[in-house]
Amino acid sequence: MPALDSGDTAWVLICTALVLLMTPGLAFFYAGMVRAKSVLSMLMQNYVCIAVVSVVWVVLGYTIAFGADVGGGLLGGFRFAGFAHMTEPVPGYELSIPPLLFAFFQLMFAILTTALISGALADRVRFGAFVIFASAWALVVYSPLAHWAFSPSGWMVKFGILDFAGGYVVEICSGASALAVAMVVGRRHGWPREAMPPHSLPLTLLGAGLLWFGWFGFNAGSALKADGLAVQALVNTHMAAVGGLLAWIGMEKLRNGAATTLGAASGAISGLVAITPACGYLDTLPSLVLGLIAGGACVLAVQAKYRLGYDDSLDVVGVHFVGGVLGTLFIGLAATASVNPAVVNEGLLYGGGFGQLGRQAVGVLAATAWAFAVTYLLARAVNAVIPLRVTEEEEATGLDQALHSESAYDFGSVRSMGRIG
Amino acid sequence: MRLVTAVIKPFKLDDVKSALEALGVQGMTVSEVQGFGRQRGHTEVYRGAEYTVDFVPKVRVEVLADDADAAGIVDAIVGAAHSGSIGDGKVWTVPIDDVVRVRTGERGADAL
Repeated sequence: MPALDSGDTAWVLICTALVLLMTPGLAFFYAGMVRAKSVLSMLMQNYVCIAVVSVVWVVLGYTIAFGADVGGGLLGGFRFAGFAHMTEPVPGYELSIPPLLFAFFQLMFAILTTALISGALADRVRFGAFVIFASAWALVVYSPLAHWAFSPSGWMVKFGILDFAGGYVVEICSGASALAVAMVVGRRHGWPREAMPPHSLPLTLLGAGLLWFGWFGFNAGSALKADGLAVQALVNTHMAAVGGLLAWIGMEKLRNGAATTLGAASGAISGLVAITPACGYLDTLPSLVLGLIAGGACVLAVQAKYRLGYDDSLDVVGVHFVGGVLGTLFIGLAATASVNPAVVNEGLLYGGGFGQLGRQAVGVLAATAWAFAVTYLLARAVNAVIPLRVTEEEEATGLDQALHSESAYDFGSVRSMGRIG
Repeated sequence: MRLVTAVIKPFKLDDVKSALEALGVQGMTVSEVQGFGRQRGHTEVYRGAEYTVDFVPKVRVEVLADDADAAGIVDAIVGAAHSGSIGDGKVWTVPIDDVVRVRTGERGADAL
């Protein structure tokens, strides 16, 4: 075990706090997009993930993800259950930070990934059922996939698949899971015939800003050191966000005639999503290009739900799944050892051939199949015991009143319930 | 007596108010309303999804007047509210049986 480095430790401590802030940021990003009558339920689904996933992660999730492999690179063993033996090195890692800090930094990823799914469930899911689903999901879907793609003994890592900060584990995983659970829960009443426009875009823009800020910790912190690679990851993260924003609003202007604030926020997030797996393997300009591609592709991808008929209310699939796929595959095109010596096989554009692209594609298929199938079964199982869906009357009233006995905006009249038309 | 009702574009309210004051009108009632005529609504786009907002915000102005004054009031409102583009609104009058001033109990034309 290498000596502890105070600079590295300080950096990852800060990044842990940055990544925690992403979940409230996500909460407001989402909450602005839902209707005024279910804002609090959306915020609550995100905040409760902070609580329940923390418990799940400490008790079992961490050891499944990062414990010594028990066979085939599929699962970690139980030595670190309950955060026991945390002075021992993390299996497979050469860390210059305390193992407990690594475990806690990774907790913030588990929280955010679980919270991301709530975007597919706006306005119609019972709170108690969501709590149970989210707890179980973090354990049975997220933790094993984190072992596969993050732990050095995971089969995806051993196979040579690269994922710097969570393209498979966070983005594809949450996107494919969101699709599965949205299919189990069903559409909101009236969707897509009835207009359900965002109730407060300023909240969404504020949330996107907090996400952008926190994403520096998410991606640059994944270097697990305060070094040049962390700096490159941070620069790449920012440039991809910039590219996503510009591409999305540019496409909007061409297609719909107006560049929108929701488009700017969505575009920045799509760039951030796409760069997540790739930020530690790319040069600066390819990162900008990846952001541009992601923004341009996601603005088209969010239309698919209308054709396919699933109510992924806030576009977790169109942004996180599609952005995650683009980012993980882009590694196969543009990863370079000049940025990160961990790149054994350079990307196609650097003369590395199709090898890495193929491996990345295997990762896409595996992560998608795992997350979709297990989440679908889990959601069906939870639904059979405790129905996920609220009653039609509760949905019409709004979940804030029906489930939480509160309302977000007390203007003393029915005007807060919605506008005429 | 007649009740003159006008539904106009909100930004024309000040002009209409000035025109009626110039005519010597003593009072009016104003409310914010929504509706559509030939103008229909407008379209908003969120992540590429188009939503049609059917009802357009308008201002409704109501003035009670003597039979002799009603036509002049209608003309003043039409003159002031006119922009020439679709959605300028409508003005109409209806006969009124009785009016009572609440403070004094005066009735009919005395209450105007």
